[in-house]
Amino acid sequence: MIRYAKPSTLDEALALLGEARWKILAGGTDFYPALGNRPLSDNVLDINGLDELRGVSETASHVVIGARTTWTDLIRHPLPAAFDALKQAAREVGSVQIQNVASVAGNLCNASPAADGAPALLVLDAEVELRSRAGSRMLPLQDFILGNRRTAIEPGEIVTAIRIPKASIAGSSSFQKLGARRYLVISIAMAAARMVIGTDGRIERAVIAVGACSAVAQRLPELEAALVGSRPGREAEQAVAAVLFAELSPIDDVRGSADYRRGAAREIVLRALRGALGEADAEIAA
Amino acid sequence: MNAHDPIVGQAITFEVNGEPVSVRAHPVTRLSSLLRDELGLTGTKVGCDAGDCGACTVLLDGEPACACLVPAASAEGRSVRTVEGLANGRLSALQASFLEHGAAQCGICTPGLLVTATALLEKNARPSEDAVKDALGGVLCRCTGYRKIIAAVMEAWRHDGALDRRLPESGKAVGAAAVRLDGVPKVTGAEKFGADGFPENALSVLVVRSPHYKARFRLGDLDGFVQKRPGIVAVFTAADIPGKNCFGAIPSFADQPALAENSVRFRGEAVALIAGERTAIASLDLAKFPIEWSEEPHTLDPCEAAKEDAALLHDGRPGNVLTKGMVERGDPDAALKGAAHVVSGAIETAYVEHAYIEPEAGFAHMDGDTLVVSACTQAPHMDRDDTALVLGLPVEKVRIVPAATGGGFGSKIDVSLQPLIGLVALKTGRPAALAYTRQESMMSTTKRHPASMTAAIGADTDGKVLGMVFSGDFNTGAYASFGPTVANRVPVHASGPYLTPNYRAEGRAIHTNGPVSGAFRGFGVPQATIIQETLYDELAGKLGMDRLAFRLKNALTDGDETVTGQRLESVGILACLEALQPHWTRALAEAEAFNAAHESRKRGVGVASCWYGCGNTSIANPSTIKAGISRDGGAMLHQGAVDIGQGSNTVIAQIFADALGVPLAEIKLVGADTAITPDAGKTSASRQTFISGKAAEKAAKALREKILRFANVSPEAALAFEPGVVVVREDEAVRRIDLASLPADGEGYVFSAVETYDPPTLPLDEKGQGKPYAVYGWGAQVAELEVDMKLGTVKLIKITAAHDVGRAINPLLVEGQIEGGIAQGIGMALMEEYIPGRTENLHDYLIPTIGDVPPIESILVEVPDPEGPYGAKGLGEHVLIPTAPAILNAIRHATGVLVTKVPATPTRVLAAIREARP
Repeated sequence: MIRYAKPSTLDEALALLGEARWKILAGGTDFYPALGNRPLSDNVLDINGLDELRGVSETASHVVIGARTTWTDLIRHPLPAAFDALKQAAREVGSVQIQNVASVAGNLCNASPAADGAPALLVLDAEVELRSRAGSRMLPLQDFILGNRRTAIEPGEIVTAIRIPKASIAGSSSFQKLGARRYLVISIAMAAARMVIGTDGRIERAVIAVGACSAVAQRLPELEAALVGSRPGREAEQAVAAVLFAELSPIDDVRGSADYRRGAAREIVLRALRGALGEADAEIAA
Repeated sequence: MNAHDPIVGQAITFEVNGEPVSVRAHPVTRLSSLLRDELGLTGTKVGCDAGDCGACTVLLDGEPACACLVPAASAEGRSVRTVEGLANGRLSALQASFLEHGAAQCGICTPGLLVTATALLEKNARPSEDAVKDALGGVLCRCTGYRKIIAAVMEAWRHDGALDRRLPESGKAVGAAAVRLDGVPKVTGAEKFGADGFPENALSVLVVRSPHYKARFRLGDLDGFVQKRPGIVAVFTAADIPGKNCFGAIPSFADQPALAENSVRFRGEAVALIAGERTAIASLDLAKFPIEWSEEPHTLDPCEAAKEDAALLHDGRPGNVLTKGMVERGDPDAALKGAAHVVSGAIETAYVEHAYIEPEAGFAHMDGDTLVVSACTQAPHMDRDDTALVLGLPVEKVRIVPAATGGGFGSKIDVSLQPLIGLVALKTGRPAALAYTRQESMMSTTKRHPASMTAAIGADTDGKVLGMVFSGDFNTGAYASFGPTVANRVPVHASGPYLTPNYRAEGRAIHTNGPVSGAFRGFGVPQATIIQETLYDELAGKLGMDRLAFRLKNALTDGDETVTGQRLESVGILACLEALQPHWTRALAEAEAFNAAHESRKRGVGVASCWYGCGNTSIANPSTIKAGISRDGGAMLHQGAVDIGQGSNTVIAQIFADALGVPLAEIKLVGADTAITPDAGKTSASRQTFISGKAAEKAAKALREKILRFANVSPEAALAFEPGVVVVREDEAVRRIDLASLPADGEGYVFSAVETYDPPTLPLDEKGQGKPYAVYGWGAQVAELEVDMKLGTVKLIKITAAHDVGRAINPLLVEGQIEGGIAQGIGMALMEEYIPGRTENLHDYLIPTIGDVPPIESILVEVPDPEGPYGAKGLGEHVLIPTAPAILNAIRHATGVLVTKVPATPTRVLAAIREARP
């Protein structure tokens, strides 16, 4: 017997999660395409009744994006410049129709290598909050997405929030998406950069992530380290040209070749960097 | 949903278009299906069930959402607004604006666009172009090329909803930009497409399809399968087919079974039908269907398939060659040998999917002993004949009542579900309904032929083309469909509209286990034109000539002979190229200035031409049009030229109105129902305006003559209609014909006429010499674009299109065809590549969105054709042909490199740039 439940409180949801295996239905934008025209074969836990999980809020230490917060909610919520990359990504997730219902957290749970939200959240040092009847735990985003369509969610657990440490909302950020058409397109590659400039005018902190060029979006620590201490402009760009991007392992698929992705990643990282630094000639990738 | 699930029937209460509703449904039911199936609000369309097309967009508490992705449970307590809720007694300003701008063609995407744009306009009444694009980026349209949609949304604020149909006065219909006559239902949601009119009691039909490219199969215990499943009524297989299990668009090549017998030749081939009650079918798990597959080696590659030892797909087709076409004139080898400049090259193109937003859909039912099929289609009489053949019925026992067709572009000429639902209705006696899923539509219906082409062209030192050789292999897939048409049409057209005294062109259609390649806007000519036009650029380069000047020098003119030896008149290509000259000069100067100032982005300008023969190649291609004056004074036009969005309902009526001598507003259309409307041929080959238009002109004239003779007046007399009366005026004399007092025929017509027109063509001889077409259309386009030299992405800036249409019967509809054709050409050039088994959806298979079509300037050239009605020539396919080569030429102008495999994806463009500048 296939079950359906639409709890109205998180506690109720957690209790249900403890009883059986469920497929979680939130925005539906990945749920329905995966279902296709087949009949349901899993129990469905519809979390659209959990009002407590929707919205952006703040604690002393974190900005908290509730698990049901949609991309549109995020776009409309005033946030500091470090979130610009995430907001730019939000506008590129599917279409307005998708952004209006799809949740930011769902984008991570779906764990597509081309998840538009992942690079921008990585540069914010995002953590994923998981809850179960037993309690809660926090995972850095890098440790939450394990592979193509694989996450660290354990049976009985549900993602309840994405948390951004306030220490990581310094600086400004930018996002670049490369696709084969203008709208409603799965990325060939994407990049997000967050840059903090010191009082000496040099890069004090650089955080960079690339998506769709490996099974899971990757931070580029080697490049980040190389950028620290360099001056924006030519010096920084030389650093981008010099590192290997060894963290990436792109594949050939219908959207682009591995070779192409490798080269394009460097170029869009450069553009994201320029965007984050507010340099005027930042070009739109596609 | 699971029929045995106790929670089926949960009440969901919400508001639809301001009215409270309460429906019992499974909470996970898609909102789209709740609206359509439970509430009958079929204005909300289903195009993909995956959020990829936006056709099902509704407003949920005022915000656009894809209803296919919203669980019914999420509608609880909320307000839903659908297209049916946009008009409030009269059209909304936006709906009226859509019609006046010609923003709706087939109309299948129109509800989604209107709903989405309504949400935008409620926040921003006078949006910028960018705001419109950002808002509508999630709704795909395959017909219009989006430009008229953008204009309609931006200008909506000017409207008060009072629709100006721009109906012309008597005698002025031809040439009038009248609003399409069948437009209003397309903007209100009332239009009934294939999936919109299913009878309540219809059985749902599910098609079991092959997951393999080539396999044998054995069916298991079908009776047991049915008996174990309440609500499942029957399974039908090839063994149940009462007639000849073989169909095909060209009868002499027919080879495709409606349901496969023991083996399949392509992935997606139908092997069985399951019929059952709607809820039972919805909850059916196909994985349990008793079928045992044994997969066999297959090939998707025509080179492999053409090898001597390759397994044959069909007996009697050695080398897997379905057919060859050839045209030869003069001595091309000697001409190339003697030419001062010779260029040669090779181009490959991909499978292209038609990607109409309406997947195939329809229903069939028995009316006494007549099978009635109501489905989307481009060719009702062909559907009738093929369905009758497969089901073993006499043709008069099959009636096709076409549903509105949500785009076709060639693929809805072939039958798809008609014999399948027909079989179920015939066998069960119950109505049978089926709407293909997006995946099913993509995997099982026809595609554009992938082409692998080589050519060489030579010119003398003055820049006169001396000769050309062309060879093209076209992957025709598993069955014949229109493969022969492609193989024959390509050699006739591969010269382009240029004087080519020495010429040899060969086309081969080769079977593989790929999807069936069939008709797609241009029948192979768009592919062939890519190699010819890119070589023309190369030749101009060798000659040091301006690329447009080179084309002007070689363009065909009146009195020239084509490569088939046909002496031409009313040739419009020179006029089109000349019309582009100022645009060309401006664009080149702008690109040069831009490139001087930019390194990482480069602009390019490209030009390409087209010519295209209207109608079938050298074979009979008649249209018949019937018309009558009813007793109540109606001028009834039996319009059998199916309108799939291109506008034949309006254009044929405009021709008819002027030829009859009455205002367009007086004409009443009778649809393309095969029981009441004669065969006006298929909507293909750019033939409806020319051939059916000519038949309509003849029918109107014959009808007029009958009335005038009855009234005993001269041909100059004027006609007018009043209820029950025809008023005939000549000078001061007025004669009123009281229709009610006159005898009427079986259809209630006091006067009637039926006329047929078949274009005068001549067969092609063994060297392809003859007169394949009676009328040609001409055109040329200039593409301006910018290439990102670091990423290989291409941004189009503008396309200027000059097309000789002979006479623009309706200039608004002509522009609509041009813009829509260009959008498809853009897709073919830059992004569309159907990979069997991999891109069977609209997120992996990309078609242009509203952000991918640049401003288009249409220049309508009118060089009247003596054969066409009022001088008109065909246009529908022509418009797509120059776009891709113009884009490739512009990319080369920008970057210095030619991309030889289309689509020119960022990967391919960048690889070409890198190869040229290591």
